Amino acid sequence: MFAAFDFDVIARSWGYLFRVGMVFTLQLTVFAMAGGIVLGTLLALMRQSGLKIVAFFAGAYVNLVRSVPLVLVIFWFYFLVPYLAAWVIGAAEPVEVGAFWSALITFTLFEAAYYCEIMRGGILAVPRGQAAAALALGMGHWQAMRLIVLPQAFCHMIPVLLTQTIVLFQDVSLVYVLSIPDFVGAASKVAQRDGRLVEMYSFVALVYFVMCFALSRMVLRLQRRIAIA
Amino acid sequence: MNYHWNWGIFFQLSPDGVHTYLGTLLAGLGWTVATALSAWLMALALGIAVGTVRSLPGAWPQRLASGYVELFRNIPLLVQMFLWFFVLPELLPVAAGDALKALPNASFLTATICLGFFTSARVAVQVAAGIDAVAACHKLAARALGMRLSQVYRFVLLPLGLRIVLPPLTSEFLNVIKNSSVALTIGLMELTASARAVQEFSFQVFEAFTAATVIYLLVNLATVTLMRVIERRTALVGGA
Repeated sequence: MFAAFDFDVIARSWGYLFRVGMVFTLQLTVFAMAGGIVLGTLLALMRQSGLKIVAFFAGAYVNLVRSVPLVLVIFWFYFLVPYLAAWVIGAAEPVEVGAFWSALITFTLFEAAYYCEIMRGGILAVPRGQAAAALALGMGHWQAMRLIVLPQAFCHMIPVLLTQTIVLFQDVSLVYVLSIPDFVGAASKVAQRDGRLVEMYSFVALVYFVMCFALSRMVLRLQRRIAIA
Repeated sequence: MNYHWNWGIFFQLSPDGVHTYLGTLLAGLGWTVATALSAWLMALALGIAVGTVRSLPGAWPQRLASGYVELFRNIPLLVQMFLWFFVLPELLPVAAGDALKALPNASFLTATICLGFFTSARVAVQVAAGIDAVAACHKLAARALGMRLSQVYRFVLLPLGLRIVLPPLTSEFLNVIKNSSVALTIGLMELTASARAVQEFSFQVFEAFTAATVIYLLVNLATVTLMRVIERRTALVGGA
């Protein structure tokens, strides 16, 4: 079965796969995670807001994003971002944004909806007395949130946030539909050029499996450590 | 912004000369529903089996079931699609591989099998959790009544456990519908692929994607409503 397996094609394309593909995938994962958590936390605060209209819009955004497939969202933003950029800087024509920025904006906005629900759970899990005590000490609403509630919510939710990040790391592979050379995209370019689909896709699956398995084990250990404390 | 909106585009004839663009989208919806439903049935059957194994006493059943879950959870869905579609036929004996590639609707079958396995791992975790949630005393009481372990599962643990995990299973079904869009990478003309086709032929990007988004929202709404009815019908009197 593996008699015709050509390990050489992997060795030959190693640099392209990892220094171009994997670097893109990891960069996009880390930046989209950071952006997604910040934006998601803001959305979570908006959903908890006393202003009905603010809470409504945040809720509508989260539910909308969570009801459509990521592939469709990627297409949406691929075409929408040039118009958005033109609108932001006041240009008359749609702006060329480039693969990385387009993908980063897409994943940040998409993942924010998922991080939002996690952070909302975290905020709700902080006992109400904490916020009340902070207010009684003379803190304002934002101070109480920033100094008391959010840090605790964030610490509680670190394992869940990291698990979502592993999902994000896997989801980045979908930029393949825009022919961007992320790890999968790079591998598939080599696979098609050399006619070595079996080797390349098996190798990609193996790399993802090892990385995600190791990461999820680390999250599990972290979760146990936090649970005892 | 000089974008020319044209909502009438859906009633124009598409390049295939038979369907309107709306027809293209509806055909896509058909494939999405067909893929999601058949993958879901497969995922339920496999997931309940693996989830049951995971809850069995002893280290080996649990190890086996965890291995299954980890395998399907730690490889991106897109890569799994490629493995089933491009790699599997090459690893089989030549005749079997060729027969597989020549199947009509090969991408539909592949997408269903891939999504079925992928989703079954997630269903298994939930089913195992549901069985765990049924109090241990149920199990002891059933054993005390003289039931064999297989009977305990059939008459007590599964009927109770599955009802408990019905809400998370609903969101898993919504995920199957969304995940079926990944099958466009292996050539299945499901809803997202159809919207992309409408966009490519008519150049009406935002109308095509808006229509697809609205259809996904309606499908989600219908699913959630249907599952609520099922939840109400199967609810346990007085809770679990």
